[in-house]
Amino acid sequence: MIFEYAPAPESRSVVALRETYDLFVDGGFSPAEGGEYLTTLNPADETPLARVAVAGPADVDRAVAAARRAQETVWGRMSGAERGKYLFRIARIVQERSRELAVLESLDNGKPIKETRDVDVPLVAAHFFYYAGWADKLAHAGLGPDPKPLGVAAQVIPWNFPLLMLAWKVAPALATGNTVVLKPAETTPLTAMVFAQICQEAELPPGVVNILTGAGETGQALVEHPGADKVAFTGSTGVGRRIARSVAGTGKRLTLELGGKGANIVYDDAAIDQAVEGVVSGIFFNQGHVCCAGSRLLVQESVAEEFLPLLKARISKLRLGDPLDKNTDIGAINSAAQLERIREITDTGEAEGAERWSPACDLPENGYWFAPTVLTGVSQAHRVAREEIFGPVLSVLTFRTPEEAVEKANNTPYGLSAGVWTEKGSRMLWTAERLRAGVVWSNTFNKFDPTSPFGGYKESGYGREGGRHGLEAYLG
Amino acid sequence: MAERRSTGKAGRGAAEAAEGRGGSAAPASGVPARLAVRKTYKLYVGGAFPRSESGRSYPVTSSSGEHLANASLASRKDARDAVTAARKAFGGWSSRTAYNRGQVLYRVAEVLEGRREQFAAQAAAAQGLSRADADRVVSAAVDRWVYYAGWTDKFAQVLGGANPVAGPFYNHSAPEPTGVVAVFAPQDAPLLGLTSVIAPVVATGNTAVVVASETAPLAAVDLAEVLATSDLPGGVVNLLTGRVGEIGPHLASHADVNALDLAGSGELAVEFERAAATTLTRVLRPRPAPGGGEDAWLDPDPGTSRMTPFLETKTVWHPVGV
Repeated sequence: MIFEYAPAPESRSVVALRETYDLFVDGGFSPAEGGEYLTTLNPADETPLARVAVAGPADVDRAVAAARRAQETVWGRMSGAERGKYLFRIARIVQERSRELAVLESLDNGKPIKETRDVDVPLVAAHFFYYAGWADKLAHAGLGPDPKPLGVAAQVIPWNFPLLMLAWKVAPALATGNTVVLKPAETTPLTAMVFAQICQEAELPPGVVNILTGAGETGQALVEHPGADKVAFTGSTGVGRRIARSVAGTGKRLTLELGGKGANIVYDDAAIDQAVEGVVSGIFFNQGHVCCAGSRLLVQESVAEEFLPLLKARISKLRLGDPLDKNTDIGAINSAAQLERIREITDTGEAEGAERWSPACDLPENGYWFAPTVLTGVSQAHRVAREEIFGPVLSVLTFRTPEEAVEKANNTPYGLSAGVWTEKGSRMLWTAERLRAGVVWSNTFNKFDPTSPFGGYKESGYGREGGRHGLEAYLG
Repeated sequence: MAERRSTGKAGRGAAEAAEGRGGSAAPASGVPARLAVRKTYKLYVGGAFPRSESGRSYPVTSSSGEHLANASLASRKDARDAVTAARKAFGGWSSRTAYNRGQVLYRVAEVLEGRREQFAAQAAAAQGLSRADADRVVSAAVDRWVYYAGWTDKFAQVLGGANPVAGPFYNHSAPEPTGVVAVFAPQDAPLLGLTSVIAPVVATGNTAVVVASETAPLAAVDLAEVLATSDLPGGVVNLLTGRVGEIGPHLASHADVNALDLAGSGELAVEFERAAATTLTRVLRPRPAPGGGEDAWLDPDPGTSRMTPFLETKTVWHPVGV
């Protein structure tokens, strides 16, 4: 039976877009000294949304100076309890403005409204609420009797979860008495600019949070600024390496949350329907723009023939289209550049001998779109099994024994996430113990919570975000 | 190579006397009644004591400049072999029970205690310590092994735990060893400093490739003999003597090294940290600052600060339901 869906678009009217957004420095908005702007597009239809300022070195200087001043004169001296109350306030305002933030995030990023509404924005509020409560309890965090803030944190975040990554960076930094200069991604700066307004609305002291928009050069100037005491970066492993190199010898503290090539292991005794759901959400959640995506399916050979048709049938039911439609499962690819990269690597999969499959799926004429794709017959040597695609593309491999599953799962320079599907508890624990990954989801996938530490092994970076562990990165 | 230096001085006699292994009183002819058996100082790799594959050695002198012995001058190939041995040993060592690792570390303390005399004499000769200071350093080194023996089955509870997520999930974080750690041992603290950097690495289930103090490497080789007789599986600690500047760059950039302890890397610390960036190798920057000698390592309770840099946090989720 085929159900037809009527369009169910979320209203855009809740968002009041400005024509231009300037830099948020020292509590106010001011243009970049270079006077340059970039335009951020709606990736679902390629229409311009707004112009945002491009911060240059002079802007980085004044933002870092403002952050330093605020840290030394106000924020670092304030009692933890008072700092916490500012963060509680921010959490509440995020909740109050949640629909606006969700719609704006979907417009700027291309991700479905049901994800921004039900995942991103609620987690943002939860993250601030969680770390707010830590601000006056740092002596109990197991990091010494009187842990001290590091000073000014330079933070650079990616475009896949723009506001959520902001929250992961800003909330623990502020709770611990640091001040921040944050650079959102060039293709998704808008919710960060609304966050700047929220800081004003919360009457956060000027300079505690500074937001500089721009592209890679702005980010580089920020992380290399001698006035930063701490660098926190989420993004590609390539950029992470460069940052680690530039930080060497400066004494700056560094945490990196980088790429992944997560394995999702399905054993022959798994609850098949649940595993199908988990594998689908593992790779197609957020169009696969997820560093911890389950982009390699490892299915036990004895159930592969049964599993794959069920998986494809489920994928065929996914609805791709308007991100603001409440029924949409798969939204737009975030940018033309990312779309090109996904196409390029996926094509190599076919060229290297994998079999490519996508459901019948009409792609909208404008905007950046990529149909959900499954590659079967993938070997470990294929690029699609080794490199992060960061798109809705699942590579399928098989295994015979649990040892082989673990061996294949760990056969990657990355180590961010992994999944295990089995009904046998001892096998789940045996597998989880051997997986070299920072997050193991068993009989579930892509779950996040502010209390749960997140971060990778090996070339997926170092340091943890979330939970008590997340405080360590910001205290000395 | 110019590493080998012939010394005309009969300096060895002093070292041998210091180690309690000197010959008996010499007859008038200058030939001892019994010739002492000297020790060949070799590397410790994969549980065996090979010479450097390069066939090289370098002279080691006492604090007053007398020749003590020749130490192996490890090469790049030796460093790679040591990494291979450490990687091979990692699976077994990291999956030992915490209780068992604690017992092995305690055994190291027992064996070291039994050789106090040898180590105290060595410390006195190599570092010019008074006998009382040398005794104090050896005692602290023995106690340091006991200290970390006690940590093996406690750090996971201290550093990990249950996470109260907002949903029907069991969620638990636990620390795990990062893998192979290249340890640049302190230059000026060849016994207690050395112990203080090795013990936390292996207590947490990592395996180590240790570059001993360049100028005072003999205690490290003696310690390797203690480790080799303490039920520590071969390959868990691998020890190289030689030049930090020669083998260090290969360890720092080695893709199969997961972390660096730069304690004794001196001026090369920044270069090594930069090299480590290529494969996102974890780095513990030099601390305490060099120059303090063994005394800088005397704190009897260093806490978790030398363990956490070599631990990863793994978080496991599972739904709760019927």
